[in-house]
Amino acid sequence: MDLNYSAEELAFRDQMRAWLEANLPDDLRRKVADYERLSKDDLMRWHRILAKAGWVAPAWPKEWGGTGWNVAQRYIFEEECGYVGTPPLIPFGLTMCAAVLLRFGTEAQKKRFLPRIYKGDDFWCQGYSEPGSGSDLASLKTKAARHEDHYVVNGQKTWTTLAHYADWIFCLVRTDANAEKRQEGISFLLIDMKTPGISVRPLILMDGEHEVNEVFFDDVKVPVENRVHEEGKGWTVAKYLLGHERLTTGRIGASKRELAKLKEIASKQMKDGRPLMRDARFRDKVSRLEVELTALEITNLRFLDQLRGGRVPGPEVSMLKIKGTEIQQTLTELMMQALGPLAQPFRSLDGAGDFDEFAAGLAPRYCNFRKTTIYAGSNEIQRNIISKAILGL
Amino acid sequence: MNFDYNEEQQLLADSVRRFIREDYDFESRKKIVASAGGWSEQVWGTFAEMGLLGLPFSPDYGGFGGGAVDLMSVMELFGEALVVEPYLATVGLAAQFVARTGTAAQKKRILPQVVAGELKMAFAQTEKDARYNLGQVATTARKTGGGWQLDGGKCAVIGGPIAEMLVVSARSADTGGISLFLVEREAKGVALKPYRTLDELRAADISLEGVTLGADALLGKEGGALALIEEVVDYATALLCAEAVGAIKYANDATLEYLKTRKQFGVPIGMFQALQHRMSRRRRSRSPTPADTSARKRYSCMAPWA
Repeated sequence: MDLNYSAEELAFRDQMRAWLEANLPDDLRRKVADYERLSKDDLMRWHRILAKAGWVAPAWPKEWGGTGWNVAQRYIFEEECGYVGTPPLIPFGLTMCAAVLLRFGTEAQKKRFLPRIYKGDDFWCQGYSEPGSGSDLASLKTKAARHEDHYVVNGQKTWTTLAHYADWIFCLVRTDANAEKRQEGISFLLIDMKTPGISVRPLILMDGEHEVNEVFFDDVKVPVENRVHEEGKGWTVAKYLLGHERLTTGRIGASKRELAKLKEIASKQMKDGRPLMRDARFRDKVSRLEVELTALEITNLRFLDQLRGGRVPGPEVSMLKIKGTEIQQTLTELMMQALGPLAQPFRSLDGAGDFDEFAAGLAPRYCNFRKTTIYAGSNEIQRNIISKAILGL
Repeated sequence: MNFDYNEEQQLLADSVRRFIREDYDFESRKKIVASAGGWSEQVWGTFAEMGLLGLPFSPDYGGFGGGAVDLMSVMELFGEALVVEPYLATVGLAAQFVARTGTAAQKKRILPQVVAGELKMAFAQTEKDARYNLGQVATTARKTGGGWQLDGGKCAVIGGPIAEMLVVSARSADTGGISLFLVEREAKGVALKPYRTLDELRAADISLEGVTLGADALLGKEGGALALIEEVVDYATALLCAEAVGAIKYANDATLEYLKTRKQFGVPIGMFQALQHRMSRRRRSRSPTPADTSARKRYSCMAPWA
């Protein structure tokens, strides 16, 4: 097992870091560092900068625009993006829909959708969760009835991230209500958000922001050619996507950047005339967090070493999700503790600029990040996976 | 030793509970939070009518002479409903200084107005590098010919944007000790940067530049306020704890209800041990009932002024 980067990998990292430093626009960097809301324009601007450089979809096959980087290089690139603090690449098109199309799509579907995803022409969202179907996804009820060359879709999706930005949504729908096993009655559809009968209603989260939505389908006509894989095989597609879990789910690069910021704040904040960072109790908390983060990084590198050897990590990646999200949440807590009473501003009453923008972003960030242990398979579900698939319990 | 609320406290709690249930549901609260001021004049008027604004103050000024535990029973219910009106800021903090150290004239001028709901107050104490150290006050108070001049800045003044009158701590240039001053929020040289807090209260950073005050603005003895500040902040902390107990009680009840009604995998999610165990742990930190004497005892330990 080799947990160190090779000389070539280190050179690649330095090259990427230098490029990112030079090409990340200052205003975007500041917004990310201050936990400000990123507009659709912000997200797409960064997407297009990477697309122009040829780096927006490193994992895709070269013929569709992939970089041909090996798994270590891809990992390094993503972690460097987090470390420098770039806006995120929204995964619904680039990593999720694309992975499905590349694996199950027809040639025509690939040609139709992949180039537009690459260039950022289409913004995608994911239609999975429903009001009654969260962790128990296979119980989903949104119905697609076949009528000759199209389906008629009726039902509701919820917690749909950035649906209000989206041009397209990929959906799990029920095409056969009488299938023997409920997983067998599900199909995977690509739906144009402009189709009549679709309405999007915002759900405002406790950070006060509009990030997720309810999406309603009322007699929405979807051409059969927009189905990916066979009818009734949607669960296979969904499972493939879940198994396509990326190594970057731990967001180690971003957490390292934020840990450095935490230390910077704690060195400037004074407690009883001394920097807070010299307060034993607070320093203890920061040290614990750093140990956890270092351990997570080493675990990640262990998986990376397996991948280099061609072995795909299995259910163990659930550990990365659990630890990574716990660390992210602890960071949001310690940031607020570090500022103490000064972390109270939540948002300005009469526009921005009335107080320290960074401080004002911390409480919304804290609220927003409660989601991380719930989304993408709640941490309880991840623990179930570990106990069942690894421990055999 | 009896840790239950007495009959009067029960009656008071019942009337507050009725108000909370009937007139302060979550939708009403959301409307108040979204309003420009972030508080409801109507609700404040009701508090006055119910006698809540005069609860801890002497009958000499229209109050009811209640103790800390009386206020706690109110705060616990306010916590259940997440009341945003500046009750703690006015009744639990700023006006306490007047009641405890004010001259007869100051009390007579201010307390009846507070009791009647005509005056809201806030305590301006925290400063930029002070964190939670109550003795760290850099705002200065200089004696002038006819009174005082204040210069400095305060942070995170809860209820600041709503208050008409502030109690400001400042360090006396002469004695080096900390004194308290009554300052009209509209006074010249007082500037507010208002904002919303995480719990949807209104707070402000306040700058004080050459604020001139009369001699009668000094509250208590010059340079000797620190002990009183500690005493009142302790009192308010106990009230905040009662509020937190109420909020926790509500959250626990709502969560328990959801565990019984939300279904996944064909069963209520409360059937899953992972959640059962988490909920069992919550049960231990749940709000006290009259039978729950250990928690009541904890309360009383925090409230030696009761």
